[in-house]
Amino acid sequence: MSARVLLATFAHEDDLLAATTAVRESGLRIVDAFTPYAVHGLDQAMGLKPSRLTWVCFICGMAGALGMLWFEHWTASVAWPIDVGGKPWNSLPSDVPVAFEAAVLLAGFGSVFALFAVSRLFPGKQSHPIRPRITDDRFVLVIDESDAALDVPTVQLMLTEFNVVETEEQVRSGGRS
Amino acid sequence: MSDSDSSLRPPLITGDKTLGDVTRDICAPMDRTPTSLWYAAFFVSLAALIIGVAAVWYQIATGIGTWGLNKTVGWAFDITNFVFWVGIGHAGTLISAVLFLFRQKWRTAVNRSAEAMTLFAVMCAGIFPLIHMGRPWLAYWMGPYPNTRGSLWVNFKSPLLWDVFAISTYLAISAVFWYVGLIPDMATIRDRSKPGLRKRITSILSLGWDGSARTWHRYETVYMLLAGLATPLVFSVHTIVSMDFATAVIPGWHTTIFPPYFVAGAIFSGLAMVTTLMLIARKTMRLEDYITAKHIERMCLLMLSMGCIVGLAYATEFFMAAYSGNGYEQFVFLNRALGPMSWAYWTMVTCNVIVPQILWFPKVRKSLPAVFVIVILVNVGMWFERFVIIVTSLHRDFLPSSWAHYVPSTIEIATLVGSFGLFFTCFLLFCRIAPVIAIAEIKGAGRLKKSDLSMTTSEAPQTIRAQAAVHEAALTEAP
Repeated sequence: MSARVLLATFAHEDDLLAATTAVRESGLRIVDAFTPYAVHGLDQAMGLKPSRLTWVCFICGMAGALGMLWFEHWTASVAWPIDVGGKPWNSLPSDVPVAFEAAVLLAGFGSVFALFAVSRLFPGKQSHPIRPRITDDRFVLVIDESDAALDVPTVQLMLTEFNVVETEEQVRSGGRS
Repeated sequence: MSDSDSSLRPPLITGDKTLGDVTRDICAPMDRTPTSLWYAAFFVSLAALIIGVAAVWYQIATGIGTWGLNKTVGWAFDITNFVFWVGIGHAGTLISAVLFLFRQKWRTAVNRSAEAMTLFAVMCAGIFPLIHMGRPWLAYWMGPYPNTRGSLWVNFKSPLLWDVFAISTYLAISAVFWYVGLIPDMATIRDRSKPGLRKRITSILSLGWDGSARTWHRYETVYMLLAGLATPLVFSVHTIVSMDFATAVIPGWHTTIFPPYFVAGAIFSGLAMVTTLMLIARKTMRLEDYITAKHIERMCLLMLSMGCIVGLAYATEFFMAAYSGNGYEQFVFLNRALGPMSWAYWTMVTCNVIVPQILWFPKVRKSLPAVFVIVILVNVGMWFERFVIIVTSLHRDFLPSSWAHYVPSTIEIATLVGSFGLFFTCFLLFCRIAPVIAIAEIKGAGRLKKSDLSMTTSEAPQTIRAQAAVHEAALTEAP
C-alpha cells in the first residue's frame, strides 16, 4: 500500500514538538516522526500509547524466576537429593539468588529481543533515511496526505510558524520504511 | 520540554555546541590518527597483556603450585584480583543505570565509557576464578547440564555457584545494556561515513535504525527497563560475592555486614576507576567540552560519600568484633591492625578513609592533578582492602600450629599486571572504534544552541521550492 505523505523538516526539537501538537490539534494524521535522539514529550504530542514491552519484561522475568526455582527444587530434591551438611533438600532461601539472576537475565534479553522484533530491527536490514542528517541534527515530521481534508499549502503555511526548514511531498510504499 | 532547559542550571557541556558539532566532535577521534599519547598508552598496555598471557599460560601448563599459596592461606592474590575487578565494574552500572533512574543528566557524558569499563572489568574478573580451577577447560562443569555422571547436578546451595550465575548474568546484561545504548550512535556513524568497511560494519550493528519516533518510544521503555533490572542486579552481584566469604566460618569473614560493606566498597573503587579513565579520556581524546570539571567534581562528591560509608564499615567491623565476645573474632581484628600484615591494613585505611577526606575542600575537587592522585590512591587502597580481608583472616586461624605467612609469587604478580593490560588494551581500543560519549543521549540532555538554519547544497533547491510554495499559498490565502 502506498500513501502520499508530507515531510516537514525542523532544526530544533522545540519546533518539532510545537508543530506536532499543532498538526495533531488541526485534525491531521501523523504517520511518524524521525529524530536524532529521543525527544521528551514527543510521544504525548504524537499521542503514542505507553509501550506494552513492560509486560514482556514482566512475563519473561517471572518465567525466569519460577522456571529456575522449579529447576533448583527438582535437581536438589527429586533428581538426585544430596545431603549437604544436613541442610534440608528443598530449602527455599538458598534457591533465591540463582532464581533472581535467572529472572534478570530472561527479563533483560526478553525485552531487548521484543524491542528488536516489534521495531523490526535486525542485522542486515537496509536503512533508507527518510531525509539526510536524520541521525545527526534534523527532525522530520511525517504527515499523512491521504486525508481529503488536507490542503498542502495551508499546512505548509501553518508549519512556517514553527521555523520549518523545508517541506517535501513523498509517496511512501508499504507503510513504515 | 526537558528540565535541563531551565536557565537556572549550568549547561552540561561547554563551548556553545550545535547538534551537528556534537556529532562531529565525538566522532572526530575515530577519524583522525591516534595521538602519540594514545600509542604510548596502547603499547604499554599491550606489553602488560602479553606478560599476563605468558604468566597464565605458564601457570596452567605447570599447575597452580606456581602460586605462593599454602594450606593455611588457600585464597589470596587470585581471589583478591577477582573481587577487585568485579568491584570496578559496579560503578559503571551505578552511573549508567542508577543515575539514569535518578534522572541525573550529567551522567550522559560518562555513561558510555563507564559501561565499557564495566564490561572489560567483569571480563578481567572472570579470568581469575577460571584460572583458579587449575583445569579451566573443565569450566563447563559449573553449569547445570545433563551429564553421564548420574546426572549429578551442581550444588545450588553453594554461594560459589551463585557467583557463577551472578557474574555471567552481570556480564551478559552489561553487554546488552551497552550495545542497546550504542545502536542509535552506530546509525549516526553509518550515515556520516563514506561507503567502505566502517559503513558496512556500522550498518550491521545499527540493525537498520532509522530514528523513527515510534522506535524511540519503545527504545526508551526498554532502556528504562534495563536500567531498572541492572540496578538490583549490581547489588545482588556484590552481595553474592561477599557471601563467598560471609557464609564461611572463618573469623573476619563470618559477618552480616559483608553484603552492604562489599557493595559500598565496590562502588567506591569503581568510581575511582571511572574518574581515572575520564581524566585520561578527556585529555587524550580532546573531549574537555564534554567531560567538564563539573563532572569530575560530582564524581569526587560521590567518591567522598562512598569513602565515608567504607570508613564507617571498617569501624563497625572492629566494634562488632569487640562486642561479640568471641576471642577468635577479636584476635583477627587485632592481628589485622597490629600483626605482621598491618602495613597492608594501614595502607588501606590511609588510601580509602583518610585521603578522600581532602575532597571536602572545593579547591581540591577543582584541581584535576590533585583528583588524579587521589583516585589512583583509592584504586590502590581498594585493592588492599580485598587483600586484607582475604589474607589477614586466613593466615592466622584457630590453631596457632597452622599459622602461616603468605608472599605472592612472581607469576601471581604477572597475572595481576596482565589483567590491567587486558583492561586498558580493551579500553583504548574502545576509544578508537566507538564513540566514547553517547551521542544521542548527550544531544537529548545537553542544552544545545539551536542549530543554525544553514543547509548543505543538496538540500537548498528543495527548500527554495518549498518556500516558494509556502509564499504562493500565503498569497492565495490572503483576502
